[in-house]
Amino acid sequence: MKVAMTVNGQEATADVEPRTLLVHFLRETLGLTGTHWGCDTSNCGVCVVLMDGEPVKSCTVLAAMASGHDVTTVEGMERDGQLDPVQQGFMECHGLQCGFCTSGMMLTARALLDRNPDPTDDEIREAISGQICRCTGYATIVRSVRWAAAHPAQQEAAAT
Amino acid sequence: MQIPAEFSYERATSIDHALELLKSHGPETLLLAGGHSLLPMMKLRLARPECLIDINDLHELDFISSDGDRLRIGALTRHRALAESEEVARHFPIITDAERVIADPVVRNRGTIGGSLCQADPAEDLSTVCGTLRAEVVIRGPDGERTIPMVELHRGPYETTVAHGEILTEIRLPIRPGAGSAYEKVERRVGDWAIAAAGAAVWLDDGRIADAGVGLTAVGLDRGTATRAEEALRGRAPGDDVFAEAARLAAEDCDPVSDQRGPADYKRHLAGELVTRALRRATARALGQESTT
Repeated sequence: MKVAMTVNGQEATADVEPRTLLVHFLRETLGLTGTHWGCDTSNCGVCVVLMDGEPVKSCTVLAAMASGHDVTTVEGMERDGQLDPVQQGFMECHGLQCGFCTSGMMLTARALLDRNPDPTDDEIREAISGQICRCTGYATIVRSVRWAAAHPAQQEAAAT
Repeated sequence: MQIPAEFSYERATSIDHALELLKSHGPETLLLAGGHSLLPMMKLRLARPECLIDINDLHELDFISSDGDRLRIGALTRHRALAESEEVARHFPIITDAERVIADPVVRNRGTIGGSLCQADPAEDLSTVCGTLRAEVVIRGPDGERTIPMVELHRGPYETTVAHGEILTEIRLPIRPGAGSAYEKVERRVGDWAIAAAGAAVWLDDGRIADAGVGLTAVGLDRGTATRAEEALRGRAPGDDVFAEAARLAAEDCDPVSDQRGPADYKRHLAGELVTRALRRATARALGQESTT
């Protein structure tokens, strides 16, 4: 079947089997391997991408279900050579160790900050509670998100 | 790699279109809402539909509205919308309690109330909540609509009375005076299914319990609510001795199994304790005395 969606601002069209999961469509059909594939059971959250701005576990969404929607992966976070403040925060505050959970964590953080530009630590922890960091680096992840909240991108800062 | 078996995919554009698609496809056709129970089961081949009808575009089924006497919730309403609704929290705090402990926030972005009820998982929380609140569910089929009590929706684990060709469209919760409700769940870790959970609703009138609902999750009270416990509460003044009696009856009437989440005797004990706690909190809320700490 034909699927057509917007991925990181660009139209992506392909012919896929209906059973194709969004995570495999992104990684294999589009070659966007920044989205990771982990537990396959919607528990670990490494496959999180944004669908219409909200985090979803792409191992539990069919590519067909995402057709017609707007998908953002970690490759779409950086704009015109500028890292998203969340990405910058993860660098500044050592928000990653092995990096496996990082793309999902950063996208969930982005969605959180879009709704709530100044979250508390508890709100950050709640937002990422469906995602697992096996390096157990949660403290630095929370710190990284807080850094991003304190350093909004120029256009965001101008808009608020 | 877990990939579902082959199936064909259709996307419905309206309820009527979904009904037409159900009619034109065989009995091995399932409706696909959030997909967060169905797709994992399909990956494990525990479910193997030949066709999926995606109903995520049926925005007419995504609503929360009150018409005074009842709160109406569309079947496609996402967990997150329920968790964040002030109207829901005001009338039925038991729903807000439950939504905070269903899976995790990312899963709650997709999962729907209708899907949860139709999945009929014995460990699913909203089924207990809706039973406790005396909900009715609306089911639409080719010949029109029918409304049944929530406790008649489930035939058994993973089986409902929604026939092929029908679609659950709405959940209706009666709004009655003097109400308080609460949900108490114990799980092994955040986001897990319950080891045991209990829902309680009380409707107070002149200092007495005019009516009560008591439900249990994951401990083998598959159909309906703990009716003997509810009976024991009716007409009584709320208090710990009355709650303890109701809890004892509810624990007696459930039938938990020993599994990786714990032995049966522990689950039975837990069920009783959670009924007591839920009744206490429901009553405090009905009286406007809930502690905010």
